[in-house]
Amino acid sequence: MKIAFTTKGIYWDSVMDSRFGRTEYILVYDDETKELTNFDNRSISNEAHGAGPKTAQKLYEFNPDILITGNGPGGNAASVLKQAGIKVFIGASEMSVKEAYEKYKNNVLEGL
Amino acid sequence: MKEIVVISGKGGTGKTSITASFAVLGGNNVVVADCDVDAADMHLLMQPDFAQQEDFYSGELAVIDQDKCTQCGDCANVCRYGAIPIVDGEYIVDALSCEGCGYCARVCPTQAITNIDLMVGKWYVSTIKTGGVMVHAKLGVGADNSGKLVAKVKNEAKQIAAATNNEYIIVDGSPGIGCPVVSSISGANFVVLVTEPSVSGLHDLKRVYELVKKFKIKAGCIINKADINNEVSGEIEKFLEKENIAHISSLPYDETFTEAMTVGKTVVEYEKNKLNNSIVESWERVQLLINN
Amino acid sequence: MNIAIASGKGGTGKTTLSTNLAMLLAESQKVVLSDLDVEEPNSGLFIEAELLHEENKFKMIPEWTKDKCTLCGICQDVCNFHAVIQLGTKIMVFPQLCHSCYACSELCPTEALPMIPKKMGVLKHFNSGNLSFIESRLDIGEEQAVPLIAQTIQYVNENFSDNIIRIYDAPPGTSCPVIEATKDADFVMLVTEPTPFGLHDLKLAMETMRELKKDFGVVVNRYGIGNDDVLKYCTTEAIPILAKIPNDRRIAELYSSGKLIYNQHPEVRKQLDSIKNCILELNQMSAR
Repeated sequence: MKIAFTTKGIYWDSVMDSRFGRTEYILVYDDETKELTNFDNRSISNEAHGAGPKTAQKLYEFNPDILITGNGPGGNAASVLKQAGIKVFIGASEMSVKEAYEKYKNNVLEGL
Repeated sequence: MKEIVVISGKGGTGKTSITASFAVLGGNNVVVADCDVDAADMHLLMQPDFAQQEDFYSGELAVIDQDKCTQCGDCANVCRYGAIPIVDGEYIVDALSCEGCGYCARVCPTQAITNIDLMVGKWYVSTIKTGGVMVHAKLGVGADNSGKLVAKVKNEAKQIAAATNNEYIIVDGSPGIGCPVVSSISGANFVVLVTEPSVSGLHDLKRVYELVKKFKIKAGCIINKADINNEVSGEIEKFLEKENIAHISSLPYDETFTEAMTVGKTVVEYEKNKLNNSIVESWERVQLLINN
Repeated sequence: MNIAIASGKGGTGKTTLSTNLAMLLAESQKVVLSDLDVEEPNSGLFIEAELLHEENKFKMIPEWTKDKCTLCGICQDVCNFHAVIQLGTKIMVFPQLCHSCYACSELCPTEALPMIPKKMGVLKHFNSGNLSFIESRLDIGEEQAVPLIAQTIQYVNENFSDNIIRIYDAPPGTSCPVIEATKDADFVMLVTEPTPFGLHDLKLAMETMRELKKDFGVVVNRYGIGNDDVLKYCTTEAIPILAKIPNDRRIAELYSSGKLIYNQHPEVRKQLDSIKNCILELNQMSAR
């Protein structure tokens, strides 16, 4: 299973980015291969509008099963994620990626 | 570092005056971000020094190279905004009508049209009278505030707050319920809703709270000019209770806000007034609410 | 005769001025009041009138026709607003982000994205004696006010003769919706307060009106608070001050419960009368 995170860095101890559309990085963890890959999304700051769908489209390319984020995506992005069949968990703000993953494992995060 | 965003669906509720008071009370423990760039007024109370300024680009604008133009008119034909009129025999782009969709450039047979990034304003990093830092912006005529500019202002504020170890970021949020306000509250720890007890005030409060709720951010509300209409104030209080929004305080109708503003001060810096204590208590409540 | 009422920021008293002025004018002649603050139309809270007509307003958006699509990706490449994206073997359209530029639709090699109307809001036409009141409201979630404002002005143009005085309550600010709402106006009234915020916002609004090459005057609301800087500034810049509406807690109270003030407050009445005379003069001049 592949799990995606919205983050401010590319490591397990990086801080989560609570924003979805304008997140700085996307981290993807494959819990079978134990591989952690990342995507630098910082160029999104050049987009005046439509950051949500654009990031969602990028996320789709990584084909994750689950997304863990902070505030949750806005309406447009949410419809892309739904279409893509990605399950969203929110509430992972102000913590490291590692903590967010543990919270998800312990069923503490709220599913949308 | 915690991020507090102050919003109010409707204009004229006292949002900026209250935000500026909080900024003064927080002193150099806070970084201020003014995201109400459509009517950025807070700098009038904070005496920023505009120490650092940068151009801000957003959206695009079509530009026609008259040397390459063969006057075929394809561009004007495809433009749905009527933004390419003929003036003195030349096709020119009306900057206020052009939406930057880029369609004209794609159909031009001689590649005479390019889309340029549009410089729509400036953003600043200033030291203000409290010794703290404020990030703010100014947009030109016809430029729309956008999620992009708000994200930029907030990001800059966050980086400064992280680097200098400030406890709070106080954001003067954008009006309305569109993209800029979404960007204002996205990533916040706490939202302060400022409202007034009028028919339109209550209506706009409900609309903007829908957004806050969607982002699952904790919120509190200040009812300004509460005694102007006790009936509507009561309705607002009921709404707060129903939605589990903390009622931070009710402030009376009081012209001290204006008197203080007239001399470039916030109410908390202004000599003897009744509002002073209520604002100080409101700020303390906000800090309590955010930290538990 | 088109009069637009505008201000650099919200909450300065635009709606109060337009509704009261329209009702006052309606005592003696036909008048059209149109609320162009389509994101938050509040004029209707103050006007009691009979609903004559209601119509949905539409904008054009592309609709994906799966059978004709070859998934070439041109549509998403030509959309500057990320309103069309390709997701695997699907094309998704985001109506709220779409600016109706038609590029995706017309540049699609297989005509797989025909433009279809999508509802963006509702226009209502009310009547009460001499007053016709037109209000448009953007649906929640819709972000682009400009097309609805343009269609509302068009409705007024099609339904009322040029000779009737038309008052437009513009949205606040200096961005595109304000420009759309004021660009056909013969005269613009800028409402402000005599405070530092008011002065600053007035300057922004004036900058906009000068760019649009509009004739304008200033109405000072809540006159009596703050200081004289707004008045001095207008004198220096040779901008006519059309009226000074007094600062009075009672006005705020009436406003808060959705009531009109022109017939409740003699000084307000006097000030509105002078605006009215100014409008009638302008109207005669433009008729000549």
